[in-house]
Amino acid sequence: MPLSRIIPCLDVAHGRVVKGVSFVNLRDVGDPVELAKHYSDGGADELVFLDIAATPNEAETLVSVVQRVADVISIPFTVGGGIRSVDDAARIIEAGADRVSLNSAALATPSLITDIAARFGSQAVVVAIDAGEAFVFTHGGRRATDIATVPWAAEAAARGAGEILLTSIARDGQRTGFDIELTTAVRDAIDIPVIASGGAGTAAHVAEALRATDAALVASIVHENPAGLPGLRREVAALGIALRPFKENP
Amino acid sequence: MSDVVVIDYGAGNTRSVRSSLTTLGFSSVVSADPDTIRGARNVILPGVGSARSAMTHLEATGAAEALVDRFTNGDDIVGICLGLQLALEASQEDGGVKGLGLVEGLVVRLETPRIPRLGWAIVDPWDEAFYFAHSYVAESPHMVATSEGLCVAVRKESFFGVQFHPEKSDAAGLKFLEQCLSRA
Repeated sequence: MPLSRIIPCLDVAHGRVVKGVSFVNLRDVGDPVELAKHYSDGGADELVFLDIAATPNEAETLVSVVQRVADVISIPFTVGGGIRSVDDAARIIEAGADRVSLNSAALATPSLITDIAARFGSQAVVVAIDAGEAFVFTHGGRRATDIATVPWAAEAAARGAGEILLTSIARDGQRTGFDIELTTAVRDAIDIPVIASGGAGTAAHVAEALRATDAALVASIVHENPAGLPGLRREVAALGIALRPFKENP
Repeated sequence: MSDVVVIDYGAGNTRSVRSSLTTLGFSSVVSADPDTIRGARNVILPGVGSARSAMTHLEATGAAEALVDRFTNGDDIVGICLGLQLALEASQEDGGVKGLGLVEGLVVRLETPRIPRLGWAIVDPWDEAFYFAHSYVAESPHMVATSEGLCVAVRKESFFGVQFHPEKSDAAGLKFLEQCLSRA
């Protein structure tokens, strides 16, 4: 297996990075390009950008952010929010993103997963799942569905998704630890990698998630103290998790 | 004339490759024009998308023939990810696709526990971590590096191909690209 990944997630609205608790109470935490560079310099293995305000007139703002990010970092990054067609995905990938993340659009039109994978490869398609108690939510966690989390993850994988980004809505921004039970249930049901998301508060939480799955998403814990990412990596590594060797700038 | 031609086959993230080249001080241009490819100091065949659509595009534009000519003339070609796979004789992807045939070898489906194989992994004997994102892998007698037992770099005469993404592999990737493009 490749090395465990720690992935800072930047929620973007109107060209700024924001962060909320359980998907509400958003506050501004910075400029996406500056933060991307900062986290890349701090040893992030990968980045995820989710445009949580995505509306049709936001699309150009997002493409411009993606281009500027691609020009300042040389680690992989995934972009989600408002991608509803193969053309939308193409614009984001041509702007410099490695992968697109689909959420509500994949639930509404599951064939979109297959169509994007056919053009750009499975590795370019992440399906993001916002999980409630047992069912999936859409529209930034506001709208409940009657679709159960584990079967939906299995369907997404079967349709060509290359990775599942699994967020526990209840844990999002709470810093009380990841939902390991949920993560394990999804990971055991599929054979594509799974990123655990929601709940990172300490290095021990991140290490616990990385014992259960391939990658861990972090947000509040790093946005609060962007200079703390190298320290977080050291602590996680000290807990026995194999991360990529990373030379900190003196 | 630009230092490096990044070959366009219609599905790629060429921007990241070019950003890395700019960082390293190499000028670059994206093109599928056969004469531009033949005359370039160096070319990079980057890697995203499916083998079949990439080969179809390379053949339709004449880029495939230009790459074969370069190789025959001993001019450098760097393949990244799918760009490595396309240089071999054939791939199992998409029900079977004939490659450029520059280097002996085949491309087979990965048998790792999780596919795609995503993330950073150590490459031996170079002892550096690079970023991978692939579902298929090369098998070639011209293998020069491995990662977790898989063939991840192939070198024959003027062709040098790697399975990982140097343009996404941070400082290690930049160092690799610089060495690779400076060897001529």
